[in-house]
Amino acid sequence: MEVKKSGRSVMEAQEIMRALSRVAHEIIEKNRGVKDLALVGIRTGGVHLAKRLAVRLKEIEGQDLPVGELDITLYRDDLNCRKGHPTLRKTEIPFDITDLTIILVDDVLFTGRTTRAAMDGLIDLGRPSEVQLAVLVDRGHRQLPIKATYVGKNLPTALNEQVEVFLEETGEPDRVVIISP
Amino acid sequence: MSLKRKDLLGMRDLSVEEVTLILETADSFKEVSGRDIKKVPTLRGKTVVNLFFEPSTRTRTSFELAAKRLSADVINFTTSTSSMVKGETLLDTANNIQAMRADFIVLRHPAAGAPHILARALQAAVINAGDGGHEHPTQALLDLFTLREKKREFRGLRVAIIGDISHSRVARSNIFALTKLGAEVRIAGPPTMIPRDIEHLGVSVFYNLDEALAGVDVIMMLRLQLERQGIALFPGIREYATCYGLTPERLRMASPDVLVMHPGPINRGVEISAEVADSVSSVILDQVTNGVAVRMAVLYLLSGGK
Repeated sequence: MEVKKSGRSVMEAQEIMRALSRVAHEIIEKNRGVKDLALVGIRTGGVHLAKRLAVRLKEIEGQDLPVGELDITLYRDDLNCRKGHPTLRKTEIPFDITDLTIILVDDVLFTGRTTRAAMDGLIDLGRPSEVQLAVLVDRGHRQLPIKATYVGKNLPTALNEQVEVFLEETGEPDRVVIISP
Repeated sequence: MSLKRKDLLGMRDLSVEEVTLILETADSFKEVSGRDIKKVPTLRGKTVVNLFFEPSTRTRTSFELAAKRLSADVINFTTSTSSMVKGETLLDTANNIQAMRADFIVLRHPAAGAPHILARALQAAVINAGDGGHEHPTQALLDLFTLREKKREFRGLRVAIIGDISHSRVARSNIFALTKLGAEVRIAGPPTMIPRDIEHLGVSVFYNLDEALAGVDVIMMLRLQLERQGIALFPGIREYATCYGLTPERLRMASPDVLVMHPGPINRGVEISAEVADSVSSVILDQVTNGVAVRMAVLYLLSGGK
């Protein structure tokens, strides 16, 4: 994928770190600790964020949480409309999700269609007692009745703008950028 | 990414990149087959027709499972139970199936080139599940997938393909694929079963099994296809087993971590002894497991290649 380097930066490294710290505290508060919690990142951006949240949660609560990686390609609702398929990656959730509280993690919440696909994918793997959603950025424009449980930053955008999240794990300095057409 | 083609007809015209894409995609599908709920909604509403003009259990079942695990609907036509016995031509049969809006046609046919004719005539994606003595691409792909899982690297791998090379579409597809990927391919069998000038495909020919097996990393045994041999190509089954059967003693000629493969169904005691078929070197059942994942990958990738 070609990434345009232009655009307006709306979050820098430190802000992203603070947002994730706040989300980690909110997760602990809402769930009264981290017992029976597991993190599942949606490929690819969500996976790095899920791992960062797990590190932060361990610093606070001193406990390792299981982290899984979910690929939602097979559950997309637009496979028939697109020309060519997106690259299929592997789902790797090396633990039984049944009876756990699963926190789905994604970088950007937009139409809600990815979240829908992720929930369907997750439920094919077992029956979690609860599914919560953590996102770094909520940019609005939902097309499905879906709401995040934890939001790093609410970001008002126009529909035709693009929001890109860059993370150190992919070799770019941490930042969130809005690209206007 | 998708395959930029409508049909999968053979290994000969696939690029190394396309083969790699199929194998990597199959890796993801193998995970799906390992789940409790072995089904994803990806091909919901698509129809796959298995059109088999030759007997098959493994390949047809494997395609059927692959399609069902992707949520497609599957219809099976076999020669004995369909109008094909009433004298309808292949193309008429296929046109009728297409008129019912099938999206994929999986064809096995005794005539080489039959899937190519359908591919040109139909909008549906055509997958070759074996055409005469020509090609059987999904078998080669599942063999490659199994090899990659166990050996990681194709380059420099020494592979011996043993048996009736002349009648074997599995051998031909594997020769195309393995030479393309940089493996060293040896073939061995009775002179009556080795096609003339096969060296042009980049393989070395042996008539002595022990010499062919020396130091190899992989042995692919072929089934003795008694039903295809109109004229006697060898004096008798016992002589064939003595000269070309894979026994534990012969297995020792190969590299210590050799893999033994067979496309099935196996004739125990003929081309392969029961001890070898059931030994730790044998990956025959892994091949079957991987066949479903590879066929899921092919269906998925072709569905995006319009």
